Amino acid sequence: MEWETVIGLEIHAQLNTVSKIFSGAPTAYGAEPNRQACPVDLGMPGVLPVLNQGAVERAVMLGLAINAEITPRSVFARKNYFYPDLPKGYQISQFELPIVGLGHLDIELEDGTIKRIGVTRAHLEEDAGKSLHEGFEAMTGIDLNRAGTPLIEIVSEPELRSAKEAVAYMKKLHSLVRYLDICDGNMQEGSFRCDANVSVRPKGQTEFGTRAELKNLNSFRFVERAINFEVERQIDLIEGGGTVVQETRLYDPDRDETRSMRSKEEANDYRYFPDPDLLPLVVDTAFVDRMRERLPELPDAKRARFVEQYGLSDYDAGVLTASREMGDFYEAVAAGCDAPKLAANWVMGEFSAAMNRSEVELADAPVNAEGLAGLLARIQDETISGKIAKEVFEAMWNGEGDADAVIEAKGLKQITDTGAIDAIIDEVMASNPQQLEQYRGGKDKLFGFFVGQVMKATQGKANPAQVNERLKAKLDG
Amino acid sequence: MSVDTSEVRRIAHLSRLAMNDDQARDFAGGLSDIFAFVEQLDGAAIEGVEPMAHPLDAEQRLRPDAVTEPDRREAYQAIAPAVEGGLYLVPRVIE
Repeated sequence: MEWETVIGLEIHAQLNTVSKIFSGAPTAYGAEPNRQACPVDLGMPGVLPVLNQGAVERAVMLGLAINAEITPRSVFARKNYFYPDLPKGYQISQFELPIVGLGHLDIELEDGTIKRIGVTRAHLEEDAGKSLHEGFEAMTGIDLNRAGTPLIEIVSEPELRSAKEAVAYMKKLHSLVRYLDICDGNMQEGSFRCDANVSVRPKGQTEFGTRAELKNLNSFRFVERAINFEVERQIDLIEGGGTVVQETRLYDPDRDETRSMRSKEEANDYRYFPDPDLLPLVVDTAFVDRMRERLPELPDAKRARFVEQYGLSDYDAGVLTASREMGDFYEAVAAGCDAPKLAANWVMGEFSAAMNRSEVELADAPVNAEGLAGLLARIQDETISGKIAKEVFEAMWNGEGDADAVIEAKGLKQITDTGAIDAIIDEVMASNPQQLEQYRGGKDKLFGFFVGQVMKATQGKANPAQVNERLKAKLDG
Repeated sequence: MSVDTSEVRRIAHLSRLAMNDDQARDFAGGLSDIFAFVEQLDGAAIEGVEPMAHPLDAEQRLRPDAVTEPDRREAYQAIAPAVEGGLYLVPRVIE
């Protein structure tokens, strides 16, 4: 039987406010345990939550970026469950009236087609603390620094049909929250996390199959692997005569499998009710308009502009706008050397390869936009050839100075003096009489041999176009 | 709507409340009475009435995104039953 996969994603993005969603405690990552947990975060009796405007602003910006309805009056609710890293016994979240309503996100499939994925809703909520089970005799350690950190949970429609589509959606959203600068997107630190609802159904069937919820998917790779494993598991189960049980399953990256978390099933009754400590959140049109003005150019728009303004291919524009930083970097390089296509090739080619090799992020790269533009300008004005430029670039990457300094120090300036090139050509022709005779006898392919010899004699510094032209004239003459 | 003892036990478990059989019976009766009382509202004419999320006719006030809470961990942890390395300790919970 042919099966169809149905996936919906719930993505939690930590909003990058400096203080918590309902308290004035800091949110910085990596502090000593409980140094950033105040009485509100600790769930002390008598405290009251006060909503952070920064969190509301970021949620509205996200809503606008995915063309969603912004709920004029949204409501906070208590989601009740018992766990020690949730000291109040409930998480403040939004249930019936989330701040962001129905929206959508366009993803690009492998064959280049665009698929529109519905976003059901996005709601504001607080994060829980962390439980540390290792290292204590029959005890669990609780760190509440993370408790109360603002999250936006973004829920997709069950419209994703493969693990690859799920990853494309997640990457798109990841890029978007970073463009908007509402979340740092750091997946290792848990700032951007994903749960996946996965089910299968016979192709052609309209009803959904029973779904399993996969947790602990903290990298793009894990999302793809976990979904693929789960799809196989469900198909095997059904084809073997079994049925899929609705449950939460934890992905184990070491074993590359998903495992049932049985203890959580029973607790899946959260007894939501409106939180009496919080009044309805009113977002008026003036507020929404202010947030709209604050929106940066978004990835799709930037991509279209790069095609239009710089004459790049759609694919190249897509690569260069994958992150806001990369887009800004590219534009700085292109402006600095006035050669947009050359800049695109270098940023995506040599420069990205060097970043990968050195395992550095753009911000920490030893060559900045100005430096790279300086190098490309020397290709443009024919001081050096593209080939020599790679050598110069490597030296720049290794901290040997800017392009001009490296060219000067290593004597790499291109030979463009026709007289000098002619002299070298004469020398090469004189020392290879046999090849010269064969060439003139009709063996055209030997032209490449002569080019090679001239380049070798000049250590690659001769201007290639001039070499070609002069060589042609002399060989044929 | 009435509540039976098994429902009471389930809710008590979700809330981690210990309860003996007598108490479960008492609560089942008491809660059922409360629900019956509230159920009178089913008879109210609510045509055209907007759902209310809060009894006060007011809006949520927002505070500026700024850190205002100093680190007072030592004071807060002074009243905790068990603390180690800055962590609050609780009886072991394992999924």
